[in-house]
Amino acid sequence: MRRLPLLLATLCVLALVTASLFIGGYDIDLRALFTDPEARRMFLISRVPRTLALVLAAAAMAVSGVIMQMLVQNRFVEPTTTGTSEWAALGVLLLTLLVPGASPLLKMGAASAFAFAGALVFLVVLGRIGLKSQVIVPIVGIMLGALVSAATLYIASSTNLLQMLATWRSGGFSSVVRGNYEPLWVVGAIVVGLYLLADRFTIAGLGRSTATSLGLPYRRIMFIGLIMVALAAGVTTVVVGFIPFLGLIVPNLVSMARGDDVRGNLPWVVLSSVALMIACDLVGRLIVFPLEIPATVVLGAFGAVVFVAMILRQRGKAHV
Amino acid sequence: MIEFTDIRKVYGDDTVLGPVSGRIPAGGVTSLVGPNGAGKSTLLTIIGRLAEPTSGTVTVDGLDVHRAKSQDVARTLSVLRQENHFTARVTVRELVSFGRFPHSRGRLTREDVTHVDDALDFLHLGDLQHRYLDQLSGGQRQRAYVAMVLAQDTRYVLLDEPLNNLDMKHSVRMMAQLRRAADELGKTVVLIVHDINFAAAYSDRIIALRDGRIAASDTVEAMMRAEVLTEVFDTPVRIHEVDGTRTAVYYR
Amino acid sequence: MSETHLPAPSPVETARDGKGAGAAAVAPVRRGLPPAARLAVAGGLAAVAVVCFLFLFIEGSFDFAFERRLTMLGTMLVVAFTQAVGTVVFQTITHNRILTPSIMGFDSVYILMQTLLVSVFGGGVLAATDGMPKLVTQTLLMVGFTMLLFGWLFSGRSGSLHVLLLVGVVLGLAFRSLSDFLQRMLSPAEYDVLSARLFGRLSSAEAAYLPLAGAVCLIVGAVVWQRRYRLDALLLGRDAATNLGISYKRELTVMLLLVSLLIAMSTALAGPMTFFGFVTAMLAHQMSGTHRHAVVLPMAFLIGLITLAGGQFIMEHVFYASGMLTVVIEFVGGAVFLVHLLRKGTL
Repeated sequence: MRRLPLLLATLCVLALVTASLFIGGYDIDLRALFTDPEARRMFLISRVPRTLALVLAAAAMAVSGVIMQMLVQNRFVEPTTTGTSEWAALGVLLLTLLVPGASPLLKMGAASAFAFAGALVFLVVLGRIGLKSQVIVPIVGIMLGALVSAATLYIASSTNLLQMLATWRSGGFSSVVRGNYEPLWVVGAIVVGLYLLADRFTIAGLGRSTATSLGLPYRRIMFIGLIMVALAAGVTTVVVGFIPFLGLIVPNLVSMARGDDVRGNLPWVVLSSVALMIACDLVGRLIVFPLEIPATVVLGAFGAVVFVAMILRQRGKAHV
Repeated sequence: MIEFTDIRKVYGDDTVLGPVSGRIPAGGVTSLVGPNGAGKSTLLTIIGRLAEPTSGTVTVDGLDVHRAKSQDVARTLSVLRQENHFTARVTVRELVSFGRFPHSRGRLTREDVTHVDDALDFLHLGDLQHRYLDQLSGGQRQRAYVAMVLAQDTRYVLLDEPLNNLDMKHSVRMMAQLRRAADELGKTVVLIVHDINFAAAYSDRIIALRDGRIAASDTVEAMMRAEVLTEVFDTPVRIHEVDGTRTAVYYR
Repeated sequence: MSETHLPAPSPVETARDGKGAGAAAVAPVRRGLPPAARLAVAGGLAAVAVVCFLFLFIEGSFDFAFERRLTMLGTMLVVAFTQAVGTVVFQTITHNRILTPSIMGFDSVYILMQTLLVSVFGGGVLAATDGMPKLVTQTLLMVGFTMLLFGWLFSGRSGSLHVLLLVGVVLGLAFRSLSDFLQRMLSPAEYDVLSARLFGRLSSAEAAYLPLAGAVCLIVGAVVWQRRYRLDALLLGRDAATNLGISYKRELTVMLLLVSLLIAMSTALAGPMTFFGFVTAMLAHQMSGTHRHAVVLPMAFLIGLITLAGGQFIMEHVFYASGMLTVVIEFVGGAVFLVHLLRKGTL
């Protein structure tokens, strides 16, 4: 019986996936899929990749949020509130300048490497800050992000890449076609890794001394965790741009509803992120039809509202 | 006299304090004791108007501390919390000079300087006065904070666990200095003490809190009884006469 | 107070008491120039920088060049004042030495406003609407945004400053994402017009705004100066300040209002800047040798002025890149910020 809610949730997500597959500027229905080869081609080249990218990107951001929250022991961190995404953007920009026409795979490598460096810088800075309230940590992260993005903007403006940067930051899924989203599958491996390592991340988050006294190699676990975050953030940033707040609001909402059981929450986190992502994408596609607003922008607005509500709720609960 | 009436403090659905009512007469040393989470700090910070009560009023010498002008309250009552985080790097003397703010609003007169000197002398901080706070040991820093509160020259002085982080020697000194402040300077000292025997040795009155209520409140002699303390602390306590003072024994 | 004296502890005992014990540690720690002399030195340097900037290497018509430079100096004075005073006060009331007021989302509001204008009315609109009404409207909109935030957050019983900051930051991120989206819909030509406004700039400020900006600075400056001792006491934190008889919430609200007015005006006049304020405030705290705002505030202003006037002079005549000053300052400032954070890390 305990499985039933999860089953229902899965069905919901599948319904959303189906909706995403069959809604769009080019009319495709089930019958056309079997009779019209042109429609089938369209479907496979554009709709399927787009929907898969949505699913995978959502899972990636949710998972990297969860890992960061465990490692830092703070509810409010995720790649966009720790500057990690901004570092990924800087990496891509530099690569674009140094190696014009670099392959997407190379871009992802650069983005991931910079995201990793960024996450490291964030952790080092955090380790040196005395006062670590739940609220100060993300402020510091965002400040770091602002610093990196100032550098990015400066470089972009002096090389006339500013608008390309804006285009690419707000990303979206409309340009995803077969052949450029496949690296997102790496996210699958990360989800599995997280499921296996969840307990270790939690212990590592309690600090070096606790981890060591429990016999865990602290450095190695932190390293693995950061690699996972960097890969997820880097790949997602290159394929679909910044996805703000997703990795932050979904894990928090799930633990509000179900308590803090990381492993048990994981399926719910992934399912809800996917559902939210697809819903935002559908809203963005339908609201100004036939134009579209990128899902990332819809999510940014929605996520900000939910995030603020969460902060205020935390304040209401806090003593003193 | 400090008088508090129907004080309650509620966070969400939790009532952490009250309703409690009581009075603390002027003069002497009064200790607040009780188990963890009994509401001692909450009560002290509400009396010191650092926190607003959910309901109820506090008056000190007839002054409603939550409604009167903050500056007027600051000339009647001073309050020191356990933890103090400063962003600025200040010397001991500068810190103690801040105590004169309610009187001078920042521009020190000759009288203010005398008060600062006296407070530094009283806590034996003369040699340390030009040291920065972050160069001091925990005990020295604690003394500097207390000196600031004394320089404020208020009739009432409220202190939240002034013995926190102090070793045996410094705890004894601190309590002796607070006792002297009450006896020689006529202050009314109200403080939270963890160690019931310290409270008994240096106070005139003890107020015991438990579960957000006042469990007992009386003179030291009346409070230092086995049945009262056992009830308050929810742990078996025996009383022995040691060197003429009643001492609580509860270690095993 | 007390006439009786207990025997004071001997110096040896005191020294053993301390952490960094030793005979040297007992001696007074103060060294170097007194604060007034430090201010005088900074003032002298600022005067030199201003004179160099105004009078040296003028080519062609003296009157024309001088007038242009005088206007720019006016802008520098306003920017240095708003950013320096705004940041020092903001750091005092938020109890940290690394955050700058721009974190409250001023930049994002400003960028979103510019982007919206261009998106709706096209690229010509920015130049066409430049003028006093726009400057005032922009300033008021940004102040209004922060006021709305404060009013809403402080209406609760326990107004937490850090929560306020985080909410501001998050809304800033959301605005940013919206601006990004709008920007990608612009034609490249329109975008070029817009992007010129997205960086801090000193030269484009018009002389006509300066009297108003100067007047606002003077008024805010007077209010802050009058409250300088209260600012000192606010350094001790909420509880200690309340104990000293300061109405913490009221003081905080007044100060945040003033800060938002200063920074909003600076942003509307010269574009967004994040790290310039950080650098001036950090240097001012280090150079002043005291925590007292009576010294730190003027010191920060002077350092800001030295940086702008001296920097512009060097950029113009050494690097021949007169328009790049703010970008360079931001870049260097950002690097200093990161190094500072990694070395010190104290909040």
